[in-house]
Amino acid sequence: MTTSTNARTGGASPPLGSLLVPIDEVGVADRVERLTRRSIKKGPKLQALHMVLSMIDLTTLEGADTPGKVRQLCAKARRLHEDPTLGLELPHVAAVCVYPSMVAEARRGVAGTAIKVASVATAFPSGQAPLEVKLADTRAAVADGADEIDMVISRGRFLAGDYAYVFDEIAAVEEACGEAHLKVILETGELGPLDEVRRASDLAIAAGADFIKTSTGKVQPAATLPVTLVMLEAIRDHYYATGRAVGMKPAGGISKSKLALQYLVMLRETLGEAWLTPDLFRFGASSLANDVLMQIVKQHTGIYQSPDYFALG
Amino acid sequence: MNDEPNPGSPAAGAPRLDFDTTWSYAPAPESTEHLRLRSSYGLFIDGELRAAASGETFTTINPATEMEIAEVALAGPEDVDRAVRAARAAFEGPWGRMPAAERGKIVFRIARMIQERARELAIVESIDGGKPIRESRDVDLPLAAAHFFYYAGWADKLDYAFPGRVARPVGVAGQIIPWNFPLLMAAWKLAPALATGNTVVLKPAETTPLTALLLAEILQDAGLPPGVVNIVTGAGETGAELVRHPGVDKVAFTGSTEVGKLIQRALAGTGKRYTLELGGKAANLVFDDAAIDQAVEGIVNGIFFNQGHVCCAGSRLFVQENIANRLLRKLQDRMQTLIVGDPLDKNTDVGAINSRQQLETIEEYLAIGQEEGARLFQPSCPLPERGYWCRPTLLLDCTQSHRVVQEEIFGPVLTVQTFRTVEEAIERANNTPYGLSGGVWSDKGAKAFRVSSRMRAGVIWANTYNKFDPTAPFGGYKESGMGREGGLHGLEPYVALSRHDTNGARA
Repeated sequence: MTTSTNARTGGASPPLGSLLVPIDEVGVADRVERLTRRSIKKGPKLQALHMVLSMIDLTTLEGADTPGKVRQLCAKARRLHEDPTLGLELPHVAAVCVYPSMVAEARRGVAGTAIKVASVATAFPSGQAPLEVKLADTRAAVADGADEIDMVISRGRFLAGDYAYVFDEIAAVEEACGEAHLKVILETGELGPLDEVRRASDLAIAAGADFIKTSTGKVQPAATLPVTLVMLEAIRDHYYATGRAVGMKPAGGISKSKLALQYLVMLRETLGEAWLTPDLFRFGASSLANDVLMQIVKQHTGIYQSPDYFALG
Repeated sequence: MNDEPNPGSPAAGAPRLDFDTTWSYAPAPESTEHLRLRSSYGLFIDGELRAAASGETFTTINPATEMEIAEVALAGPEDVDRAVRAARAAFEGPWGRMPAAERGKIVFRIARMIQERARELAIVESIDGGKPIRESRDVDLPLAAAHFFYYAGWADKLDYAFPGRVARPVGVAGQIIPWNFPLLMAAWKLAPALATGNTVVLKPAETTPLTALLLAEILQDAGLPPGVVNIVTGAGETGAELVRHPGVDKVAFTGSTEVGKLIQRALAGTGKRYTLELGGKAANLVFDDAAIDQAVEGIVNGIFFNQGHVCCAGSRLFVQENIANRLLRKLQDRMQTLIVGDPLDKNTDVGAINSRQQLETIEEYLAIGQEEGARLFQPSCPLPERGYWCRPTLLLDCTQSHRVVQEEIFGPVLTVQTFRTVEEAIERANNTPYGLSGGVWSDKGAKAFRVSSRMRAGVIWANTYNKFDPTAPFGGYKESGMGREGGLHGLEPYVALSRHDTNGARA
């Protein structure tokens, strides 16, 4: 296995010496608790709800997915909600996220819009396949038109301490992505303490990730606020050191608006203005969009409507 | 010292984060609709609210708006005397005769009633004193109730607190409390005194009398007999009358070291017991092996909690030189996200300075610090037009000989120094007349224990700051005072101990 050369890492080897950033779990919990106490009301709430919609990677990742299901998802992505009486002007979601076999269908489904097609790859969700298979998986998704690749790291290798392997693997997938953006899924639910989340974040960022992402959604716990804070702090340290802005994608388990707003508060107070954009922050979610839509309608009418009034994705 | 010029100033052109965001939070003021404050309050003596004998009053104002809230009776010598006599009568009367378990029940009831009226009390605390509602709601009120709950449990178990000895109450306690945690300090003082069977004359601070007077209503409703707790509002002279009164058996004071020394002088030779909880200038030591992002949060909580009006505030920061630039940059970015303003807004992080006088003191120290060569850093947050405000402040490039490093400022002002070795850090941390508290930040457990055991201060926090618990004793070394409050230790100042003889009779 050779280390790939790419523009972002300059073929550098992993910064093993720096992969030991201590994280204090109690301190993280305190900070998270304080962030969740922010009160978001009125205009800023509506503004934030719109921002959440624009940051969603609308996702379907089931064995039972069919082209028809993906067409339905794309239709929802293009047209989140119509309410003639309110005249809502809603943003579109950031991307649809599907398996590689569905990329071509998704590409057709969002044709003519700015919605990106994201595909999981590299033997998602377990990552338990030979590297060549993972690279072929990646290339196939890109060839079919994926704008973004969500890869999984080899957690077994990582937990065994083989950081060089994990680094090289990410760098190789990054190269296989070509022009496509790379999101690196750490699967934090399998990594144990927050020190390891930080270590994996630093490794992925150093290996060239455009985004780091918490979870596949197939393992519990998926995204959590403490894990996301630690990852945002890794992004911040990299930005301080190099000026390169890496994106963040919490995924899995974020289905309510209130929780999504707490993530935005955390983002705002950790990384500030530059990250408040779908270019640098995404929510990986399937049912979040409709809860946000319900809240937006409620902000206008004062009434919660039945979920029956919001189309499924 | 740090070899790099100006630690904490990122080099020109370095990547910067922008916290002046296009999305921020709307005002979220706590509703005051249900609040019913009277326009005037009397003294609480012998179970009744009454005017001062002289008829004099003073005004308490809202430091966030400079508006008057209420007129409060100004207690003079005659009122203090009446309060002490009422306390003596209650001590020799119903309270002294009450079985300990019954006494405990009443203290438990006080705790529960504080919880029931927590929202109202939190709002009044923020209006009268300027502290953010987030803190009065989440810190002051829960802790005040917790102190009454904790000491209520001791009331009928004093034989177990002091095995082999008999614990009797001391008598009448004169208690003088400060303006930074008005209700919480009343709880710290009253709970152990009542649980051990003493009676009390309490003197709240001049600028923050209201929650103590609301507490008087709770004490009545809880069934505390008249005279057991008396509250005399006023300024320093009222406190001095109380300290001097011959009917007082024990004085408990929390406040400035300057006044503490006056009290100590006044009490010399009188035989009165006393405990003093005075000033502080705590060192917060951050080593290069610390979890830096969490240390930054701890530094912020250490100094900007309650506008820095905290005797145990971590007001002197010492950072190991090899992480100073990184840490100070993070700290400055964190400070950009602090929201300064309306104490009743649920999003406010830093409220109003308690009084004009205190604001002037802080501003004087900021000028002194800069004259001494310190570099000032403040975030660019907007401030309200009226009221008393001070932005969270760093004084960078300080040295041990700076007055701002030696003297307690009691505001949101953090002095910053760097150090190279563990020995240097400990030596400088201890190089202060104070010794109330301190902080150590290191991911190495052995180092945290070793350093904290050599810091001469009453409370040392490791990898956290400003955590309080009624079961833990609190108090200072050196000019930070004497005696302990909280925990089992907090019972001792309020009991006279004697021995059982072998037949079980009291000697």
